[in-house]
Amino acid sequence: MTVVGGALLGTLSLATPLLLAALGETVVQRSGVVNVGLEGMMLTGAFAAFVGTVLSVHLPYHLLGADPNPYFGLVVAVLAGMLIALVFALFVVRLAANQVVVGVVVNLLALGLTGTLLRTLPRTGGGFLQTQALPQIFFNQTILTPLAFIAVPCVWWWLFRTRRGLELRACGEQPVAAEAAGIPVMRRRTAAILFGGAMAGLAGAFLSVGDVPTFQEGMSAGRGFIALAIVTSGRWNPWGCLIAALVFGFTDRLQIQGQAIGLHIPHDLLLALPYIATLLILAFGSGWSVSPAALGRPYRRT
Amino acid sequence: MNTLPLPTTDVTPPSLPMRTLRFLLQIAGYTLGFLLLLGLTFLALRIPAAEALRSLWTGAFGDAQNGHLAALSNTLIETTPLVLTGLGVVVAWRAGLFSIGGEGQLLMGALAATALAKVGGHLPAPLLTVLMVLVATLSGAVWGALAGWLRVRRNVQEVISTIMLNYVAKFVVSWLVLGVLQEHTHHNPQSESLPNTVLFARLLPRQWSDNMQTSLHGGVFLALLAVLVIAVALYRTPMGFGLRVMGQNAEAARAAHFPVDALRMRAMAISGGLCGLAGVIELLGSSTGSLPANDFSSGWGYTAVPVALLGGLHPGGTLLSALFFGALTAGCRNLSQFQGVPTVLIYLIQGMAVLAVVGGRASRARRTGSETE
Repeated sequence: MTVVGGALLGTLSLATPLLLAALGETVVQRSGVVNVGLEGMMLTGAFAAFVGTVLSVHLPYHLLGADPNPYFGLVVAVLAGMLIALVFALFVVRLAANQVVVGVVVNLLALGLTGTLLRTLPRTGGGFLQTQALPQIFFNQTILTPLAFIAVPCVWWWLFRTRRGLELRACGEQPVAAEAAGIPVMRRRTAAILFGGAMAGLAGAFLSVGDVPTFQEGMSAGRGFIALAIVTSGRWNPWGCLIAALVFGFTDRLQIQGQAIGLHIPHDLLLALPYIATLLILAFGSGWSVSPAALGRPYRRT
Repeated sequence: MNTLPLPTTDVTPPSLPMRTLRFLLQIAGYTLGFLLLLGLTFLALRIPAAEALRSLWTGAFGDAQNGHLAALSNTLIETTPLVLTGLGVVVAWRAGLFSIGGEGQLLMGALAATALAKVGGHLPAPLLTVLMVLVATLSGAVWGALAGWLRVRRNVQEVISTIMLNYVAKFVVSWLVLGVLQEHTHHNPQSESLPNTVLFARLLPRQWSDNMQTSLHGGVFLALLAVLVIAVALYRTPMGFGLRVMGQNAEAARAAHFPVDALRMRAMAISGGLCGLAGVIELLGSSTGSLPANDFSSGWGYTAVPVALLGGLHPGGTLLSALFFGALTAGCRNLSQFQGVPTVLIYLIQGMAVLAVVGGRASRARRTGSETE
């Protein structure tokens, strides 16, 4: 494979978890909820995928065979993402608590819970935690990469071309008016948050069983926050998210290959590049003007 | 925030004894829940719970055998940065700005102080110390004000921008410390060590604790002073009043001719300044005063958010909750030394604590129909 092709595929694969999480978060934010806990949800997904894969051997009757099955890990990751999203929704939607506060708490809980539970897992030889990775189905990519890219038009279609999508966006723009029109705002927001949790779970699974099949404490390493930035710089639109995620994947790739192709930029500055780029995009794109009007505001039925 | 009705039920504030009783009951409830959670976690990790709890306590407060000073000094050392970064969160969040940028502001403070020490190494020691503190506070404030400017002029959500600025600060620190600021032998990934005269003095004499040098330093007084200053600034000055009004309802504040944009800039600058101060205090309070390229902060900027939330976004409450988390950190360190308990356990406890407080507050607000936060 050519150097260019390799770089391209590398970009796609680095963009995958960001894109998955950002698409979920786009739907969540369109419903009027900002989920700062995305980072924690991804971490939970990563951990759940890992544990699910390890434990798939112990299913009754060897349902999935005698080898660890990473696809079972994916299912567990989605469920775990939805479970933690349910807790988030309980506080944010039912109790109308501050969304940033609960998001921060979700991050803390995920870090503490996964790190603590990690100690209870059996270790294989050498003290390393390892299991089976997802099989690469084409061009060295796992199923998650095509899934993420196919999800872009699907989410876009659902949000902007279906009645349900319109109703969801109404919840994020004018929840009072939406409620008056007979849309159950709280239920729709909960559903959106659950979808966001499922996508974050998949994104996390990519980190733990997608490439190097292992789990480390805090392995999401800020990717959830980057996904948040992608949603904003992608202007709450799946296509925008796609472009932003690719830009991030590319800069990530650049800092890996930077030295190899003899770029004379300090390594640390290359690492900072995606974050600076986000700030610039946010500052000098039109920013707020297109954000859902009720974003971040708790809604309570009166 | 916008369309919610005023409280419909008649809410007369309960009498002082009732409030005290309710407060004590709450504390008792949280303590019980906290111990229960810890016990369950220890059970899950197959660790003898009673022994682990005792080890936690010894780490934070000491025991009769080894004395209390060393442990208490550890607790206070862990508390100091949390007080300052927690206050930073209080100022910003009270003003309705959800800044999570303490980590970056703290790093920029420590970085600026290190740069000053490199350039101004010839200055007399006390002057250099004072200048370092000032420069660090200032550069933390600038880093915070940057997020404020992005919010005011460019309409960028501060939640996102502060997180991005944290990462930028982290990489700028490792770039400069591995570059122009590296110590002269270029062997270690850290900046030059500072002479002892520049560093903060150790407060407790050796002979008080079996000739073991406890590392409690003067920074703890700066943190206490900051609590007082911020409390006065928030509750006894026009600016503090403006900040709190804005935090309650920015549109109303604007309608009442409060200079909302200027207040936002100021809130972010003060918040950043406090975190920058925390950074230089950690630098000058360390044993060598050299800034490592990575992992200088053990998450003080991030922990600040639960600290401030548990403290009810109030300076005094923040002091108490920083003490709680400081003791917890010191205790957990002792625990992990002896029994292989993960240090991340502390995040779980922090999360649960804040969730209990937030949940309690939110469900009360739901009953009475009033606003949360």
